[in-house]
Amino acid sequence: MREINAKQIKDKVKELFLQANYCIGEDVLNSIKEASLKESSETGKNVLSMILQNYKVAAEEKIAICQDTGLSILFIKLGQEVHINDNWEEAINEGVKEAYVEGYLRKSAVTDPVFDRKNTKTNCPAIIYTDIVPGDKIELLVTPKGFGSENMSRMAMMVPADGPEGIVNFIVETVKIAGPNPCPPTIVGVCVGGTTDQACVTAKKATLRKVGEHNPDPRYADMERQALEKINNLGIGPAGLGGNVTSLWVNIEYKPTHIAGMPVAVNICCHAARHASAII
Amino acid sequence: MKEVKLSTPLKEVDIRKLRIGDVVYISGIIVTSRDMGHLKMREVIERGEKLPVDLSGEVIFHAGPVVKKKDSGYELRVIGPTTSIRMEPHSDFIGNLGVKVIIGKGGMDEGTSNALQKYGMVYLQAPPGCAVVLGEKVEKVENVYWIELGVPEALWVLKVNEFGPLVVGMDSTGDSVYRSIKENGEKLIEKMF
Repeated sequence: MREINAKQIKDKVKELFLQANYCIGEDVLNSIKEASLKESSETGKNVLSMILQNYKVAAEEKIAICQDTGLSILFIKLGQEVHINDNWEEAINEGVKEAYVEGYLRKSAVTDPVFDRKNTKTNCPAIIYTDIVPGDKIELLVTPKGFGSENMSRMAMMVPADGPEGIVNFIVETVKIAGPNPCPPTIVGVCVGGTTDQACVTAKKATLRKVGEHNPDPRYADMERQALEKINNLGIGPAGLGGNVTSLWVNIEYKPTHIAGMPVAVNICCHAARHASAII
Repeated sequence: MKEVKLSTPLKEVDIRKLRIGDVVYISGIIVTSRDMGHLKMREVIERGEKLPVDLSGEVIFHAGPVVKKKDSGYELRVIGPTTSIRMEPHSDFIGNLGVKVIIGKGGMDEGTSNALQKYGMVYLQAPPGCAVVLGEKVEKVENVYWIELGVPEALWVLKVNEFGPLVVGMDSTGDSVYRSIKENGEKLIEKMF
């Protein structure tokens, strides 16, 4: 049994949300640089160069890349040999609150979605997904998720007969419907299989996979390539002003599912695909 | 496609000259408003009262900034556009107030296109996810109203210098970049199914 103090978790959560909001990952940065060379439209090229400049200044001056610093989401792998002193959930939320208040990140959470819509002023509550795994460590993966792109997510209960082609078409159609709204060029996370709930969570997690890395199963990797090619033929382009770079990458994950079904969830992430991780 | 520098208050005659693809920089005053701000504006006008800021000849920016509270007033940290389509139901109302420019992202729909033609307005696309570089164009926070709605939803009156680059996405002749891209995409999708 390893004892971990809740304060350690709080401090790490805070550090990760600050890092994620200020510094874009190398994979996204390189992908935007490559996209600038591929983009055919002049306006599109200008948007991409402004995006690159924005990443640079944000990282140098420790300022939020985007004003929408999202809802605060955490994917946590909790080692079963760990014992946490004090309240785990409170520690995580305290870490989020400190990051958003002290780091000048916009507080975008509201209490109830229909009637009050009152800002919680802390960006809490955090959305926490926990897997209990063997070992004595805690692995934290955090992502601030903006709603320009979240609002464009979509899911369908497809049938096995729809096959890979039906799935690819559904992904492309989702990006088409999203149009200029999710701040293209986007990263598209997909999950096929599981149940509605598992597919949606896994699709969100899929947006965090490295840009440039394919699914290890060549059949899914092939679907990723096909979807990306079709998406970039839609002509939406950077900022939705036209061009051939609409998405940077498509990440498809799969889960075992029921004999009678083939759920598909698509989660779109804006170009500011912010995430950070650490192990305690 | 041309580059145009404009100052507020804006004149309808200048706005009617703009065409989709033109790049615009704005100096002067811009006012932020999003979902709740628009609803509150309507409430105030319906009650027969006056808005706290006169929007005739002015700019509405669909945005919720990040600000730092100081001893005297606020300092703006970052600002960028939010998805404009959520404000689609309000475009005629906004036009009637005398607003000449809407800044946002993702474009708007046919109701807005009609309002742009009727009132002589344009819709300008701001670069999305570029909140730091856009924030640098804001010189100061002139005023804020309705802060009780929360920082993102309040009406922020900002003094800006050459705010941009902003691309004309929808103009006062009824043209829309978003409409033509959407129609091309639809043709491709039809072929797929």
